[in-house]
Amino acid sequence: MRYMLMMHAPRGTGEFQVSDWAPQDLKAHIDFMARLNRELTGKGELVAAEGLASPGQARVVRAAKDGVPAVTDGPFPEAKEFLAGFWIVEVDRAERAYEIAAKASSAPGPGGTPLIIPIEVRQVMSGPPEV
Amino acid sequence: MTASAAEGGVGLLLRELAPQVLGAVARRSDDFAAAEDAVQEALIAAASRWPAEGVPRNPRGWLYHVALRRLTDQVRSEVARRRREDAIASEVWAEWAFVPPPDVDPGADQDDTLTLLFMCCHPALTPSSAIALTLRAVGGLTTAEIASAFLVPEATMAQRISRAKQSIKTSDVPFSLPSAGERESRLAQVLQVLYLVFNEGYTTSAGPDLHRVDLSGEAIRLGRLLRVLLPADREVAALLALMLLTDARRGARTGPMGELIPLDEQDRSLWNRGLIAEGTGLVTEALTEGPAGWYAIQAAVAAVHDEAPSAEQTDWPQILALYDVLKDVSDNPMLALNHAVAAAMVHGPAAGLELLDGLDRDRRLAGHYRLDAVRGHLLERAGNRAGALAHYRAAAEGTASLPERNYLLTKAARLAASKDT
Repeated sequence: MRYMLMMHAPRGTGEFQVSDWAPQDLKAHIDFMARLNRELTGKGELVAAEGLASPGQARVVRAAKDGVPAVTDGPFPEAKEFLAGFWIVEVDRAERAYEIAAKASSAPGPGGTPLIIPIEVRQVMSGPPEV
Repeated sequence: MTASAAEGGVGLLLRELAPQVLGAVARRSDDFAAAEDAVQEALIAAASRWPAEGVPRNPRGWLYHVALRRLTDQVRSEVARRRREDAIASEVWAEWAFVPPPDVDPGADQDDTLTLLFMCCHPALTPSSAIALTLRAVGGLTTAEIASAFLVPEATMAQRISRAKQSIKTSDVPFSLPSAGERESRLAQVLQVLYLVFNEGYTTSAGPDLHRVDLSGEAIRLGRLLRVLLPADREVAALLALMLLTDARRGARTGPMGELIPLDEQDRSLWNRGLIAEGTGLVTEALTEGPAGWYAIQAAVAAVHDEAPSAEQTDWPQILALYDVLKDVSDNPMLALNHAVAAAMVHGPAAGLELLDGLDRDRRLAGHYRLDAVRGHLLERAGNRAGALAHYRAAAEGTASLPERNYLLTKAARLAASKDT
């Protein structure tokens, strides 16, 4: 079963303002994420892991009537959270996906305190069952 | 020899033979796409059989024979289909019935390989298609290998390759060398495709998957091949030099967690001296007589860095002089940024910042994170901490490279922390 783990980071407030962190805290956080991905790769569970570019560069696109893309800044500058990155993992049961999500959620922040980032876990739809 | 070593040896042999065999087959066929498919099938057959059965005495002849057989089968079934459809008997296949026995060696015609390279890097193709087709047709890689190197699904890469071949077909590119008048611009395309392959490998080398094809290594291999085909061309020598001199630093470029280590902080004992020596020799050759080209000057800059025993001992005046020359060869704004850095190293940060102010008006650079990164760096050197912080953070917001974002954030964090000490 495949699950998508979406990391929703609260937007630039308090402890989530990464650019205000001390160098050692930043390093601990980056190393934590790299180790997690290595661990998932080593266990054969990692399908994909991507970090997304900053939300300031995000655009919302709608098709206009003539098919020309209508592009606006977005998604929602006032939103409290944004999608910072995601993992797709292949696991045998949902509980394992929750375990991985909990681990990612505990990534260290300022002073090494776990950030407890909210991670949305969604099963990825599969093809038709074999008959 | 272990099984995997045998496979590795066979893999390399196949990749060397691939363009020679395809060149010979494509010359016999008027359908490049079909010829390419047939050779790919022959390569796959060889990859599965040779490690177990041993390499045939005449491996090139074997591949040529099998590829022609496949092509004949394709033509036969096509003729049969047409017969069924409109009952017109065609003897087209008879032309193909003659397939030489496997001990006939078609020989390695160097012009064929060169023709292939020009064809795969044809301006009718988009860069991504040209890259994919070059790696398959000239590099002898399988679609699966190319797909995994670029981290895209195999079906996506297969489609990209087949669309590339379709473009060649519809634009009626003949299987022949470009005319003398066209040659220079077409060669520039070939060099650009190889350089793009190299950079793709160089910037995504952090992946933990050891089974991924090493794209930088493949670009260097093709660069060496091109050098054998065109030994007198100085830009060919220069591109190979640039790739070797850049690749020489690969082992020092990332830390244990995949983090970026900038040039001035790299452990130079990890640089590959053999590659540097080879690259430096080629640069010297590329710089003799006549005005130097784009790759030659870039390679010369890389050589100056590689020859410096330490970052402090870098010969910045020489690098600045090289960028001054390059400015007249190319108006690439990224090079203008490097020029500003070199000016700052020689004449102080104010000189570099002044050059950057001129670049603000360049629309190609407007809002580009690299401009922020360089400005942050020069402001830091000028002692303007607040300005440097703001630009590092803006650059971190703007980059789409994760290691680079982490690097810029770390720079900003260190700078912010140094305030308190």
